[in-house]
Amino acid sequence: MNITLRIWRQADAEAAGAMTTYEVHGISGDMSFLEMLDVLNEELALAGGDPVAFDHDCREGICGTCSLVINGIAHGPEALTTTCQLYMRHFKDGQVIDIEPWRATAFPVLRDLIVDRSALDRIIAAGGYISAPTGAAPEAHSVPVPKKNAERAFDAAACIGCGACVAACPNGSASLFLGAKITHLGSLPQGQPERDSRVLAMVEQHDAEGFGGCSQIGECTAVCPAGIPLDMISQLNHDVLAALPRNKGHGH
Amino acid sequence: MSEYYAQGDALFDAKDPGGPIEERWDKRRFEAKLISPANRRKRSVIVIGTGLAGGSAAATLGEAGYRIKVFCYQDSARRAHSIAAQGGINAAKDYRNDGDSIRRLFYDTVKGGDYRSRESNVYRLAQASVSIIDQAVAQGVPFAREYGGLLDTRSFGGVQVSRTFYARGQTGQQLLLGAYQALERQVAAGTVEVNTRHEMLELIVVDGKARGVVVRDMVTGAFETHLADAVVLATGGYGNAYYLSTNAMGCNVSATWRAHRKGAYFANPCYTQIHPTCIPVSGDHQSKLTLMSESLRNDGRIWVPVAAGDTRDPAQIPEAERDYYLERAYPAFGNLVPRDVASRAAKQQCDAGRGVGPTGLGVYLDFGDAIERLGRAEIEEKYGNLFDMYAKITDEDPYTTPMRIFPAIHYTMGGLWVDYDLQSTIPGLFVIGEANFSDHGANRLGASALMQGLADGYFVLPGTIGDYLASNQMPAGVDDTHPAVLEALASVRERTRRLLQINGNRTVDSFHRELGSILWEYCGMERNAEGLTVAIGLIRKLRESFWSHAKVTGINEELNQSLERAGRVADFFELAELMCIDALHRGESCGAHFRTESQTAEGEALRRDQEYSHVAAWEFAGEGMPPLLHREQLDFEYIKVQQRSYK
Repeated sequence: MNITLRIWRQADAEAAGAMTTYEVHGISGDMSFLEMLDVLNEELALAGGDPVAFDHDCREGICGTCSLVINGIAHGPEALTTTCQLYMRHFKDGQVIDIEPWRATAFPVLRDLIVDRSALDRIIAAGGYISAPTGAAPEAHSVPVPKKNAERAFDAAACIGCGACVAACPNGSASLFLGAKITHLGSLPQGQPERDSRVLAMVEQHDAEGFGGCSQIGECTAVCPAGIPLDMISQLNHDVLAALPRNKGHGH
Repeated sequence: MSEYYAQGDALFDAKDPGGPIEERWDKRRFEAKLISPANRRKRSVIVIGTGLAGGSAAATLGEAGYRIKVFCYQDSARRAHSIAAQGGINAAKDYRNDGDSIRRLFYDTVKGGDYRSRESNVYRLAQASVSIIDQAVAQGVPFAREYGGLLDTRSFGGVQVSRTFYARGQTGQQLLLGAYQALERQVAAGTVEVNTRHEMLELIVVDGKARGVVVRDMVTGAFETHLADAVVLATGGYGNAYYLSTNAMGCNVSATWRAHRKGAYFANPCYTQIHPTCIPVSGDHQSKLTLMSESLRNDGRIWVPVAAGDTRDPAQIPEAERDYYLERAYPAFGNLVPRDVASRAAKQQCDAGRGVGPTGLGVYLDFGDAIERLGRAEIEEKYGNLFDMYAKITDEDPYTTPMRIFPAIHYTMGGLWVDYDLQSTIPGLFVIGEANFSDHGANRLGASALMQGLADGYFVLPGTIGDYLASNQMPAGVDDTHPAVLEALASVRERTRRLLQINGNRTVDSFHRELGSILWEYCGMERNAEGLTVAIGLIRKLRESFWSHAKVTGINEELNQSLERAGRVADFFELAELMCIDALHRGESCGAHFRTESQTAEGEALRRDQEYSHVAAWEFAGEGMPPLLHREQLDFEYIKVQQRSYK
């Protein structure tokens, strides 16, 4: 099939960007969306043009690197799907497709479709862990975890950190990302000692990075390729509300 | 053959402490020099790569109090390719009371590696495996649990006990997040500095010792030099030399290859693992292959139609006309034979015309029986995400029609040679995880790579690097103006300039694809001397063409993915030649490496222990010079070497 692409081009963080139109021909339905862009890039390079810069790595839906807004939807039209696992069979011959980068204050554009998501790392550094230095661990079976809690922790831990939730949120909030980590660690007995300090420090960092607040719109969970449910934001709010009175006047 | 390589001196592992195998690691740790906690902050280490090995090592060294600088090419440390490992991680916990032990994990791993790994290293790996699970659980890694709250396990290819711990089909992701979170904790504590979107392009060697690296800031193009008392490479494998592989697109050989050119020996480069359960190639456009977890072979049954060229819908093929060839040929292990055996068997079926799917390069992995026996719900719980992924890629529903699978390049057992301390032949350069050669021998059993990455990173390297750091501090006065630093920087600039100057008419990707097809054809599952010689000629010619016809766009001083790719492919060319030379020298079949000249009457792989019971460690002898072969003899005191049979 033949596709018309309108792609956001931006030389670097400071440059002004604009949509540019390209035609790609001979696309097969079995190609992934990124393979379709590979085809475009090989053509652009041979014609002496500038290939489109986009982030990708594992191409099997798990590393969370790929990050395109496709026709206005983060990771494109298929539910529970990263861009790298999106196949061209979901598009029609002759279709016009708009491709843009994640847009959020906390995710500055570096070039074309690539944004800087290091704010998410800083949120984790603020407290998104269990302090368990190497060598200090008790025997694994000494702490049983009810299956229900383990499953809940896993559902939350499935977050791939791609940032689609932020890109989809009109407030540019990373609350779903935050809620997922809070729920993951908070569902386990090992996560209890630092539960209060963790949530307070992570929320503080979240706000400092320029992410917006959550107003329960739900776009985040609609686009989330890992299926992180909205109630993990409720868990986040619950943990904040529980921690605040217990930790008045205390930092992390 | 001598035109391809020259003989070097024998090599031996001087750090192996000897004595009873159960006590060796304790002995080595006791003998290693220590650095007091107060002095550790005066010692610095550079770690390249943030996967299971690099992330866990950096976090642990940071906790210990060393000053650590970490670099990775990804935009976050959490994205290293360890994240894609699905099936699980082995540990000799014997939670199943099914006869497992450290001794048995040790035995299975040495046997699985076809007796081409070191006993001492593998025993230590089995010992550490127990602590890895404890460590991961303490970090909050959500392993699968039983209803009683205890950890669940499953069984994996090549073993008869249930020792594989898992977190649905995302074990690698969860273990990596554990290490990444520990790493970020150290970032907050100020002991570790993580530099993302930085690629290592050269090793800095001062007076024979590794003292730093040249990296490129992949956003601005700036070349930076960083110095430290020691350097750790944790940069994963080089399977992408084949172009189509299960590796992430960015996985490359540059860091280890640059170190090789600076004096680090490269061991067993031809040892590549072919994974039997990948989704088959669908067309020329394909950029990578996707792995279906090996754990699927627990419940899935592999078969092909009995008649060659049978193109009927699988549902229309009655039981009597199906050949469950693994169950038939290997009744003890059945569908759970090791990866090399399963891969080669699939290839043989396809070569005989019994392959399925549009290309004929595929076999069925059928869950029909399992769904009938266990119910769809249980299969969904165990493998749901894998089934969804398969459906997404192939547009077929694996719950109702059997999956199609085919072998693909997955893991490289070769890598930089290291001693028992995980130190390379360049003092101060340590190599851990998939980047070194050490623990898997000629083949890797499933669920063992995560184990090695984390054993090296959490436990082994932190136990050995201190010994080096205690007596090998950076000499006074070495800074960015030192001639060795300037020379390394100049060579990176010159190489980058050359790449950008080619301005040819052929894309870098097209060169990479062609290189990959040469390797797959001649240095893949099956090899012979004639083909390997052909391959070396083709690779040399193609490399020459690359340097005059590749199209590398843009400039260095920008985010330039075209330049990044070109640099990596250039290194793959040099490595690919060495892989073929290594495969040529090894005139035996072993592990994943099958030489058609060396097989049993039944067509099984035939090792030649008399001639090849050694590690082949290659020394770079200079541009255009044949590499030097150093042999490290492998001796087996605790395990009786025998023909590997899974019948």
